[in-house]
Amino acid sequence: MSNKILSVRGLSRIHGEQCPLCISSTGPEHDTNICPHCGSVVAAHDVSFDLYRGEILGIIGESGSGKSSTVKMLYFDDMPTAGNATFYDADARHDMFALNAAQQRSMRNKRFGMVYQNPHLGLNFQISAGGNIAERLLMSDLKHYGEIRTRAGDLLARTEVARQRMDQNPKTFSGGMQQRVQIAKALATQPPLLFLDEVTTGLDLSVQAAILDLILEIQHELGTAMIVVTHDLGVIRLLAGRTLVMKHGRVIESGLTDQILEDPQHAYTQRLVASAL
Amino acid sequence: MNAHYELPLEDAGYSFGFLDEYAKKEVRRCILKAIAIPGYQTPYASREMPMGRGFGTGGLQLTLSLIGADDTLKVIDQGSDDSVNAVNLRQFVQLTCPGVEVTEKTQEATLIQSRHRIPEKALTEQQILVLQVPYPDALVVVEPSEARRKVMHGEADYSRLLVKLYEDVVRFDEITISHRYPTRINGHYVIDPSPIPRWDVPRLHQSPALVLLGAGREKKIYAVPPYTLAEPLVFDDIAFRVEDFRDAYGQRIACRCCGSTVSFLEELIDDAGRVSHQCSDSAYCEEQQETIRAGKQA
Repeated sequence: MSNKILSVRGLSRIHGEQCPLCISSTGPEHDTNICPHCGSVVAAHDVSFDLYRGEILGIIGESGSGKSSTVKMLYFDDMPTAGNATFYDADARHDMFALNAAQQRSMRNKRFGMVYQNPHLGLNFQISAGGNIAERLLMSDLKHYGEIRTRAGDLLARTEVARQRMDQNPKTFSGGMQQRVQIAKALATQPPLLFLDEVTTGLDLSVQAAILDLILEIQHELGTAMIVVTHDLGVIRLLAGRTLVMKHGRVIESGLTDQILEDPQHAYTQRLVASAL
Repeated sequence: MNAHYELPLEDAGYSFGFLDEYAKKEVRRCILKAIAIPGYQTPYASREMPMGRGFGTGGLQLTLSLIGADDTLKVIDQGSDDSVNAVNLRQFVQLTCPGVEVTEKTQEATLIQSRHRIPEKALTEQQILVLQVPYPDALVVVEPSEARRKVMHGEADYSRLLVKLYEDVVRFDEITISHRYPTRINGHYVIDPSPIPRWDVPRLHQSPALVLLGAGREKKIYAVPPYTLAEPLVFDDIAFRVEDFRDAYGQRIACRCCGSTVSFLEELIDDAGRVSHQCSDSAYCEEQQETIRAGKQA
């Protein structure tokens, strides 16, 4: 498929010493992700999906269901114990976990963007907001000070952070503004793929709405493909075209978001949808 | 050190240069590796020296493993041959390396050990400059973990150092690093060129003399081999600048002793609060003064 951007097959992450019984004795049907035989934690197992250009894929599930683990592996924050992922760049395809560390770093800095739930993970609070964006631009080998200033200013303006605050420390910003700076930072290199990990959790409703609007606008303008991790059904409904539902490290249901929300098949999804109403 | 103190050569069997031959061999091997990988911080087994770490033990071990009986040594501390650190190290070498000549004249020396300065006089291919290093890793200001710093060096990932420069320019309109200016060697590794002023950094670039840097406490040796690229980290549109010794009227300040207007100056403030300037390199200053005296007599 020419339009595919990411193809994930059988992605697994098990923490701890594994035993042959780990997989068969964990999962939603056993209601646990801790192996009773060896105590290993099966954070994610056999996660497979495809993502197409400009598409937003939602991953929903309760805390500890493996949704963040999945995204962390794709952003090289963590390495999988099994499985593979292929990233289809403009004219090349990359087997992501076969790349060496420098190639992974370069892909992460230039082709991917990540927005964390906690701005402390995504931003450096020792330096100014502009410096945070400059960091990403410098990582992608742009070394012209004037151009860095202009681009950082434009990005902040785009994410509705006043240019005058560019040289201030993000410590002095509100939670919503910090999140906007994070989005600006993630977008600095115009990546074709963006990971959003619980970006609106902990923000008040009007700010949430504004951030979600911003994300949709970016998707329309730049055609950025995104993976949105959340436990908020409202976010999924608004943003995602397709959704994966995860529980205890497994994907239990996947399909069009409308379909999942209107006609959930798995008992857990049914409960999830019912509880949101 | 007490100049009259004699090492118990007979009893302890100290070899030439204080260090035993195995220690010298190990240091020399590390030197070769450091030269082969320009700018790479080669770890070595820094020996205990009869002086505290931080007093130039790294540089001294390099000097002692390189020096031979036919060498002429110059030791400088902040440009001066007469300051305590330089005098002590020189006396130690004289004590432990019989037959070695010492000098204060830059052009006469084959081996120069220096703390925080590169001599004003251009070095030649026949000379080796040894610099004492307190902090060998330029990345230490942005990354506390050495394991991660090693990965960053390996991948030549110096963007966070540039972020520091960016923040400087944003806040002060110029890069405020006065010494230990991060310098990229041979297009890959960025080194901490020891606390030499910015003034001296361009002299590492394509230097005819071999420059060796030794950190005793941090147990690292690295090198700027002769005729190697040494480029200070800068932005494409902001040029690297050395110290500016101009007064309020834009006039270049001259040394109060020799009148030189091309040397690195030190600012001195006397008891009355008067400010004057003097060459930091004392050997250079004296030579200039001698030339002037000779000119007057003639």
